[in-house]
Formats: sequence, structure tokens, C-alpha cells
Amino acid sequence: MDKIWRELGLTDEEYEKIISILGREPNITELGMYSVMWSEHCAYKNSKPLLKYLPTKGERVIQGPGENAGVLDIGDNLAVVMKIESHNHPSAIEPYQGAATGVGGIIRDIFTMGARPIALLDSLRFGTPDDKRTKYIIENVVAGIADYGNCMGIPTVGGETYFEESYKGNPLVNAMCVGVIEKDKIKRGVARGIGNPVMVVGSTTGRDGIGGASFASQELNEESEEKRPSVQVGDPFMEKLLLEACLELFETDAVVAIQDMGAAGLTSSSCEMAARGGVGMELDLDKVPLREEEMTPYEIMLSESQERMLVVVQRGREEEVEKVFKKWGLNAATIGKVTDDGMIRVLKDGKIMAEVPAKSLTDAPQYIRNEKIPSWQQELNQLNVNEIKPPEDLNNALQDVISSLNIASKEWIYTQYDYMVRTDTVIIPGMDAAVLRIKGTNKGIALVTDCNGRYCYLEPYVGSQIAVAEAARNLCMVGATPIGVTDCLNFGNPEKEETYWQLKNSILGITKACEELGIPVVSGNVSLYNESEEGPIYPTPVIGMAGLIEDISKICTMDFKEEKDAVIALGENKGEIGGSEYLKVCFRMVEGLPPQLDLEKEKRLQQLVLELIKKGLIKSSHDISEGGFAAALVESAISGKKGVKISLNTSLREDFELFSESQSRAVISVSSDKVEEVLKMAEEYKVPAQRVGIVEGENIIIEINGKKVIDLPLKLLEESWKGRIKWEMEKN
Amino acid sequence: MKFAVIVFPGSNCDVDCYYAVKDGLVEEVEYVWHQEKNLSKYDVIMLPGGFSYGDYLRAGAIARFSPVMEAVREEAEKGKFIIGICNGFQILTEAGLLPGALRKNEGLKFICKTVSIIVENDKTPFTTRLKKGQEILLPIAHGEGNYYVDDKTLKELKENNQIVFRYKENINGSVERIAGVINKKGNVLGMMPHPERAYAPLLGNTDGLYILGSIVDNFVKGGV
Repeated sequence: MDKIWRELGLTDEEYEKIISILGREPNITELGMYSVMWSEHCAYKNSKPLLKYLPTKGERVIQGPGENAGVLDIGDNLAVVMKIESHNHPSAIEPYQGAATGVGGIIRDIFTMGARPIALLDSLRFGTPDDKRTKYIIENVVAGIADYGNCMGIPTVGGETYFEESYKGNPLVNAMCVGVIEKDKIKRGVARGIGNPVMVVGSTTGRDGIGGASFASQELNEESEEKRPSVQVGDPFMEKLLLEACLELFETDAVVAIQDMGAAGLTSSSCEMAARGGVGMELDLDKVPLREEEMTPYEIMLSESQERMLVVVQRGREEEVEKVFKKWGLNAATIGKVTDDGMIRVLKDGKIMAEVPAKSLTDAPQYIRNEKIPSWQQELNQLNVNEIKPPEDLNNALQDVISSLNIASKEWIYTQYDYMVRTDTVIIPGMDAAVLRIKGTNKGIALVTDCNGRYCYLEPYVGSQIAVAEAARNLCMVGATPIGVTDCLNFGNPEKEETYWQLKNSILGITKACEELGIPVVSGNVSLYNESEEGPIYPTPVIGMAGLIEDISKICTMDFKEEKDAVIALGENKGEIGGSEYLKVCFRMVEGLPPQLDLEKEKRLQQLVLELIKKGLIKSSHDISEGGFAAALVESAISGKKGVKISLNTSLREDFELFSESQSRAVISVSSDKVEEVLKMAEEYKVPAQRVGIVEGENIIIEINGKKVIDLPLKLLEESWKGRIKWEMEKN
Repeated sequence: MKFAVIVFPGSNCDVDCYYAVKDGLVEEVEYVWHQEKNLSKYDVIMLPGGFSYGDYLRAGAIARFSPVMEAVREEAEKGKFIIGICNGFQILTEAGLLPGALRKNEGLKFICKTVSIIVENDKTPFTTRLKKGQEILLPIAHGEGNYYVDDKTLKELKENNQIVFRYKENINGSVERIAGVINKKGNVLGMMPHPERAYAPLLGNTDGLYILGSIVDNFVKGGV
């Protein structure tokens, strides 16, 4: 056993610490348990000291970070349960199973809390699809998500997909799940009651996914391919049965505590539940239903076989549990009991195979790393816009922007997902945010994920604020008040000072924006070591956000509704072109500073739009983001199948007027007799508002200072916008 | 009248069927577990969509052996209205209650979207609220909806007027764009599109009620 801890991802100092906790050398099973529990993936040992900045309190917060998922009060004795999680490394080397089990894991986190999952979202980042490997990853990640979510009968209603070179060797697959529950039925993973039986329910335990959590906490390199066996294999049918069985079981009050067996399997679920309850657990591995013979204690404790749960049951009610699971054709085996000594004690063949304090497994060492502004940052942020030669034909530029991979319609992806099952999807994918009704009430829930990694790369603090602001803005565009965040922080190796600087500033940015906008963070996930041989990814703090709609009849969508409606631009265009899609697509440049954000102005814009929708004054609303005013306009026109004629007066350069990505802006359409009222309200909210045109015809026409700069048939733009991704994926 | 929604392990549009009947039709409806052997107290039997038995082997191939399927067969023989939607359609073909088979979509991908459907037969108890040739919009959501019949059976289907719905455009490779068929007797309908997902104005589509409502109309008149 020559420094085997190093192979398991532990440092010499950590190994010493284990010895001092135990007062002896750990055996291999114990070492394995520490190695997974003390991995970044399970312990957040590099990020925890930073995460404490995030605002996690609010009047709606029933459960903040630390449980399987966050819970928010939405009134009428109902609560929303939400969580996002990454499955980046598994998806890099085995995209289909990696993505599928990412979805499976996040769904379990939601129903573990006792909630019925009602929606999935997926935030994806890939390289550009011009090589075979990247296409293979895209094709299989999407298929993996589709096959798992579709079979579960949980609609995949939204998300986002970006294509950037920085994700080529290390794609990001972040899955978010949302559930609804009656407030008084929330379950938690807190083991209680000395002598209460501990049961493993659901699938059998096999050799798949052993050490997955440790693998997720290392950079990817050539040898990563060899770690394929540490990727779990998913079975959505098994999970569907597990979901129904668990929800049926919760109808009884036999369950004391429950936790999903995800990363680090039996080890994490047992020690986390025990530590939360201040108790211990004794586990007899001879009683765990296995799918393979002669598994060692090490393998059983570290297996990440999917579709399993660990449940603490009221003593004497094991049979009730068994009966429910038998109905659904699933295992339910009593494997141990809650003890009073705070130890996780693992037995096999009557012998003690591991005996460690539960709390020591969950209290991993924490590291505050050194930070350093990257040496390249200053040069990156310098951009002399005057050196950018304006394009000769803005029509061509608009077509290029509209059909860029990041702006083009994601229809090719989301039509592979069943986004309608359960018949609650009121606003389907492709709009600013998805909206679901809540049957039996007047309420609705709006959901979105957001992050522009490019902005975060150029200026992590501001870019991360924008991720929060834009998510909130998107929710407001459909008429929902933002109520909570679940974040998925995807970064490179935190042991590198530059990456740690990015991580820290990003968290501070999220904190600032959440505080100013009054939106608490209730759950989340950190994924570090996202680096391949081609370097680190862009810092990508994905923001998942939920919004509440009190009256589902008062919502809005981005499509233009009627000819002759007036088009109004809200907010101020400051001609910010740094980090824009326009700069990338038309000039192959990723530099400058991202657009700046004034959270006070942002808040006013959001409140104005919410009020306009509530009062029924506007017919369409669409956030201005990537691609600027021009892209927002075209998207509203295409989805409404109506042309538009715009006339702008500006002191900005024509191309900047069209494509600047200045924040806190929106395009709305209004019936002509409501224009005055809308402009007056905008004035009250101190939001700049300009009537800029009219919905009419079959072309997109834009005049700037009296000169026609854009005149393109809607049909042509629609074809490039809708067809681009399909074309990329199908061409050889 | 009373509707039964059969629940197989892995069914997931059972909820959709249930609420379409309860809220869309405002009729009585109950879930029925697949182990049930007697369906005589129900007037209409719905086999919902989803992934019964995870679509292992082939979509619908295992569910056809569920105890409830014997009861479905008995009620079909009695002339009760039976509608299989999506996975329910797949189960009905596997059980031999409807002709043909559903293969993987031509493009090998799952497809979820709202598509145009053309009514081919307005004389069935499921289509009396529609006119032959009428175009309606219905959601589809399937990976195995590519309907296949051999030439001989296709000829029979045409002779007996058993083709009830066609896709307006080729969606999944189905023979002659067939989207739904009925048995010879005219009381067992199978279709890939989802009428039960189009029953409420809030969902942006109520075209499904043409089909579900026809069932109610014709039951009042005494069925077939």
C-alpha cells in the first residue's frame, strides 16, 4: 500500500488528518470512503469558504442549501423544490450515459424531498460542431437527456445551449429539476431514532460508477478515457418505478429520513444522514442486494449504481415499505440501523470492515486558495472599438448574427425532448422562459437557466451579475416574479490562482446581484477541474431560477401578435460591443469588457415589465441579450410570423445600435391605442422608452437616422435561424 | 359515463388522460392498475402513452402480457370504446387488437411537436365531431411512431375504411402517413398523436376535444 491515498486523490496532509481522526491507519475501505467524501465533488472543499457569501435567506425560503434540494414557499400550502447539478466529466467521456445519469440524479434529488418532479431544464455547453468528436458528444448528450427524461414522463421545458471552443474538450452538462409539494409533506435526510432500521430501496448495487466522485474532481486528460467504468449506467424505467414507489411510500408516515444514493453511493447517503441527525449507523453489507458476485466492502460502499435510495424507517414498519416496493417490482432490504455513537460501522461476514465517525466524513478539510488576476486579463479587456471596421452590408451582418450557433433556434435539440407530458406546459421551449401551470390553482411557475460564459471570462464579477440579472429579466418577460436561485458553478482547477480568482469574483458577483434583486440562493452545485488538454473552460456560473405567477391568465410571450401594433424599445443602448456575439461572429474576436450592469436600472426595468403584463397593457415582451436589439426584434418577428418596420434615431454607430448587448433592455409590442399609457408608465418607473416602429408586412426593415440599413424577408431570416443547428449536425 | 385509464409500470401519460377526461370532458374517470382483471364497470377504456416496461424489447411488447389486457380484449369484444394513444397504440398492435406495427421513427430521433393531422374517416365513434378531410392540430411525442403494415393489410384497411388519421406531412416514415387506425368492428382506436394533451385553452390547443368529445356523444347514443 505505497501511498495509495494519492491515487485515490487524497493529499499526504489529508491522509495524516485521517490517521489523527482514527488514531490508526485506515484500511482500504475506510480510505475509499474518505477519498470520495473528501473529494471536491462531495465536499466542496475549495468552494465552501466562498459559498458562504451567497444570500440564502428570504421569506419564501423553507429549505436553503445543505439538503438534497432547496424549497420555496409559493402560498396555498404549496412549495417549489429545485436543484441544479453538473455531470460534466462523465458526459465528456461517455456522453450518452453521462448526460442520462445526470438527469436521473437530479430527479432523485427532487423526489427525495417528497416532491413530484414537474419539469427539467438542461444547460449545455459544447465546442463548435465542426469535428466528429464534438458532434458525437452533442448527439449523445441530447439523446441521453431525451431518453431519460422522456421515459420518466417529466417534461424538459427549457435550458440553454452555447457553443464555444473553450468547451471542446470539457463539455458542460448541467441538469435542473423542479418539483411541487404540499408544504407539510417535505421529507429531509436527517437520520433519527436510535434503533430505527436503515433500508436500501430501488435497484441493486453493482460495480458501476466506483470512484465517480473522485474522478469528477480531477482535470480531464488522455488517461480519462480509462475512467469510463467510473461512469454510471442509467435505467429510467427503474427510476420511474422508484419515483412512483417513493411517492406512494410517503403517503404513509413510515419514513423518518431519506436520501438519494448518488455520488459516493452508500457512503455519502449514510454518513450525511447520520451527521445531520447527530447519530451513527451500522450497515451490514451482506444484506445489500447485489447485482454482481463477490463484491468487496470497498466496492459496495463506493458503488454509484443508479436508481437507489437509503431510507430510515420507523421501527416495526419495514413490512409496509417492502409491500409498496414489491408492488412496483423493486427491492427494499433492511441493511442496518441507526445507532447512538455517531460512527458509521460497516459489517461483512460478521466482521467490522470499516468504522469511522460519520461527521468526520462530512467535515472535509477546507481550503482557501491563493488568487491572482490572470496576466492576460488586462490585454483581454482592451478593445479599441474604433479599430473595428463597420461591415459594408448590415443585412449580411444580421444574417450572420441570427444564424450564429448561439443565437440560432435550438429546435433541433428541444424537439427531441417531450416538453408537454403532464399537460402543464403553458409556454413551451424557445421563449424567454418556460411556464408551467399548477393544476388545481391559479398559479404558474416560470423557469429559466442563464449564463453567458464569455462575459464571465472577460470580467467574472460583472459577467456573473449579468447571469443573475438576465435570468430574472427572462422570468419577468413572461410575467413571473423571480423567487429563487439554484446555481451550478462550473470552473477550472481551483488550485490555479487565476481560476480561484475567477471563482471568487464570480461568487461575489452572484451575491451582489441576488442581494440587490432580492432573490435567495436555495441550492446549487459546484463543478471544478473543468479543464482538458486544451485548457480551462470559460468560467460558467449557470443560474437556474424560478419565478412565481400568481394569476396564470396574465402571462406574456415574445412573439408579435397583431399587424399595426406599435413596437417600443425599453432601456438604454450604450453601444457596448465587448464580448458580444456580433464581435465573435463578424470579427472572430472575444475581447473587451462585457456590457456593464446597473442593478438599480435593471430592477426598475423588471418591475415595469411585470406591471405592464399584470395590467394587460402589452402584447409581447422579449429580453434584449445576445445579438442585441436586432436579434431580439427578429426573434419576436419570426415567432409571431409577422414583419416589422423600425425607425431609429441615434448617435451610435449603426452596427453598434443594432448589435450592442447593453443590459436592462427589452422589446415590447403594444396595441396603438395603449402606447401613451405604456410610455407614461415607463416614465414613472424611470425606464427610457421609445416608440420605434410598427408590426407590419413580411420583411424586417430597419432605418437608422432616416437611412434604410436592413431590409430582409422574414422567411429568409427564419430559414437561417431555424435551420442552422440541424444543418451543422447533419452535414458531413 | 365512466372512463378507465390503465396504468402499466412505466405509463406516464396516464395523468394526461385522467385530467383530459376529468377537466376537459367533465366525466368520471379512474386509474386502473395493470393487474386488474375486470373492467366491466367502465364504459370507455384508455390505454395511455408512456414507456410501459421501459419499452424493453419493443414498445408495448411486454405490456400486452399484463393481466389487464385479457380484460381489455373481453371489453373490446363486447363493443366497448377503447382508445390507445401513443404507447397505448403500440400495446394494442402488439396485442393483436389492431393491425400493423410501430417502428422507430425514420430519423431515429424522438420527436415532440404539434403537427397537422388530416381526418380520413368521420364515421367512427371517435370522429363524429370532425369532417372527413378536416385538418386539426395535435401534439406528437414519440420515438417509435413509424406505422407499418404490409400491402395486403393496407389494402384491407382501405377497403374497410380503417385509416382514421393521417399526418399532413411525412413526420416519422409511417406507411401512407398513417397516424391512427381503427379495428374492423369500429370500437378500438389506436393513434400516435395525443388528443389528451390538447384539451384546455391555456395549453393553446383544444382540438383533442373533437376526438374525446365524440366518444361522449356516441356513448349517449348507445355506442356501436
